[in-house]
Amino acid sequence: MSNQKKFIVSHAPFWLDGSKISIRSYNIMLATLPAVIFGLFQYGMPALGVVALAISSAVIWELVWNVVTKRSNAIGDGNSALIGLVFAMLLPATVPWWFVIIGTFVAVIIGKQIWGGIGANAFHPVVVAIAILTLSWKDYFDFQAALVNYDFDFSMIFPLAAVKHAAQHTDLFSVSEIVKSFSAGDLLMGKQAGGIGATFGLGLLIGGIYLMLRGFIRWEISVSFLVGIFVTALLFNIADSARYAGPVFHLFTGYTLIGAFFLLTEDSSSPVNFIPMLIYGFGAGVMTVLIRNIGVYVDGVIFAILVLNLVSPILDKIRPQAIGKVV
Amino acid sequence: MIKRSFIGLAKPRLENQFLEEKQSEPVKIPASKKVTLLLNVPFDPYIKRESDLIKIGDTVKTGQRLSISPDSDEYVISSVTGTVSYITSFSGGLGQAYTAISIDVAEKEEIDEEFAKISKTPNLKDTINFLAGVPGNPPLKSCFQPEKSINTIVISGADSDLLTITNQYILKSKAASVKKGIGILMKLTGVNNIIMIVPQYLMQAASTTGANVRIVDSQYPAGLPHLIMKDVLNQIVPAGKSLEDSGVCFLTAEAVASIGTAFEKGQVPVTKTFTLVKKDESRILVSARIGTPIRDIFKACDVAVNDKDRIIMGGVLTGSSVYTEDQPLQVDTDTIVVQDRGNIQPTTDYPCINCGECVRICPAKIPVNMLVRFLEAGQYEQGAESYDLYSCVECGLCSYVCVSRIPIFQYIRLAKHELAKIKEAEATE
Repeated sequence: MSNQKKFIVSHAPFWLDGSKISIRSYNIMLATLPAVIFGLFQYGMPALGVVALAISSAVIWELVWNVVTKRSNAIGDGNSALIGLVFAMLLPATVPWWFVIIGTFVAVIIGKQIWGGIGANAFHPVVVAIAILTLSWKDYFDFQAALVNYDFDFSMIFPLAAVKHAAQHTDLFSVSEIVKSFSAGDLLMGKQAGGIGATFGLGLLIGGIYLMLRGFIRWEISVSFLVGIFVTALLFNIADSARYAGPVFHLFTGYTLIGAFFLLTEDSSSPVNFIPMLIYGFGAGVMTVLIRNIGVYVDGVIFAILVLNLVSPILDKIRPQAIGKVV
Repeated sequence: MIKRSFIGLAKPRLENQFLEEKQSEPVKIPASKKVTLLLNVPFDPYIKRESDLIKIGDTVKTGQRLSISPDSDEYVISSVTGTVSYITSFSGGLGQAYTAISIDVAEKEEIDEEFAKISKTPNLKDTINFLAGVPGNPPLKSCFQPEKSINTIVISGADSDLLTITNQYILKSKAASVKKGIGILMKLTGVNNIIMIVPQYLMQAASTTGANVRIVDSQYPAGLPHLIMKDVLNQIVPAGKSLEDSGVCFLTAEAVASIGTAFEKGQVPVTKTFTLVKKDESRILVSARIGTPIRDIFKACDVAVNDKDRIIMGGVLTGSSVYTEDQPLQVDTDTIVVQDRGNIQPTTDYPCINCGECVRICPAKIPVNMLVRFLEAGQYEQGAESYDLYSCVECGLCSYVCVSRIPIFQYIRLAKHELAKIKEAEATE
């Protein structure tokens, strides 16, 4: 029997379509590049430092966790690098080094690993990290103050903060004047203050469309999120245009676009059935505008996503009946 | 290997293969020196049984009905003439136990006469007793029992798995035998509703057989029995029930042709036609005696296999891989695929990342992402109750598209197997 050839014996199916977690991660990272590179040119070396430190520290946290918990090394799947990159995109370019390292710790360890690692996290790791950091050191997320040393040819007021402030003092400022000072074209081309990779709307759109076409993110979620923001902002605007900005302004400012394509669509924290995806996206859009317009926070994307992440498993119970199932 | 397309938004299209315009005849494999027949009863080598019906050293004739114990109605038809050289146990997939009967082939072939006598006056009982194991593996035993009421016979001239062209070839080349087989089945069973399912281009050939012809889509998994029921016959099989429970007997065109040939010639057919897919994915049709070790088939067809290659019996999406070249050709082996070691993609132990690819491709609309979480943890009953395990039609597409490369299909098969075992144990208590 010893001269028998040894064949590989495994189970059906014997063809796979060749998809892989690493391919998925690297493609999403590729899609972020237009926005990230624009941010690097805009903010220079400090931004490069933040991005590089975020990616490397996220990967190291993952490695440390793998070693401590005696698991096989999983940094090759690109998931932690992706977390680091997306985290950096949301930060202002001037944050200190320890802030980045704490942030990636929260994202990778508290956001992902303690839930059981990839696929088990109930919330987007980066959103968890940003939420915790916002609550802990909210001054670092004050984009106006953070970017005070930059001198650009456009207004360095953080658009959402300006509108929020104006809405509370309608006797002193006019919301529509402020909104008018940010033209949609300028906002799309990144002429606004904000996170390193969150301001270049056109780049984010290109990346998002690439991901939707390739099937790496689910278009239903992104599109319904943008629709949700548009519709809700429009309703507010119609109701009281003196206090609430119009829908286009909300679409292109803050974390809206990066949220639509890179935060809300994270696999394990979002639903997979068609109707739940629409409700999930639309609900996040509505929540975002509600928080922006009548909540205490300037940008509602982060907390809106957290809330919708929370209800996503329940939403996913709405599903088609399996064939042959007799209830 | 069909890779994911660049535009991943669209579902992958997996087309079933068709016969070529001038499909070459099957390669005939010369008789082997030794064949092995698998009898579907467990064999315990340590029990000495005087009552065994066949023993080592017995001579058997081609077409002879062999069974090992007088109490069991399981049997195999000897595909050759020769001497029984070895009887041993043999295990298949999921612990299925067989008795393997090896026969050294004699030079001169003799045909057993018993079936010839019976074939002059066909009746259902004798047909089941001789033809339940003909090439194509007709489910005569499970369909035509007194407690089942079959009202429709569905004959598939389409192939269920990818790369396979066996049934299409049989239907096209042996339409007359299929017609004869249909006539006999109608006479013996009294079922008059015979429906034939074919791909569009075989319409012509199928219409000559006298059956009621319907067209099936050429895209996988449309050729699977449950989906033919749903899409072509508009009849949904309740989850967990078999086709027979719904009053439908499902046969392949090859099985019907075998039954036709048997009564035409007065001999039980013992030659199986199948599709051989070589390492370069070229396809040829081959015909060989049942029980021929695949080693001899590879030798005759110039297929060189090496260590770490994979040999698959059955199709690429639903078949099973085998560990030895001594594996005999069986009555239901429609396809043998040889994969080079360079083309094998391993599965992983990554968890589900909830990307939802499986949910979107599942033809049975099962929440696979949830189901697999329970099955991975061994909670089969919960999976069956809450997440539609029994609706699965076993197409294998969920594993095919899985980003984490989880062997989902195997988990599902295993769960069904384990639950069946539990049920059996409860019933015997």
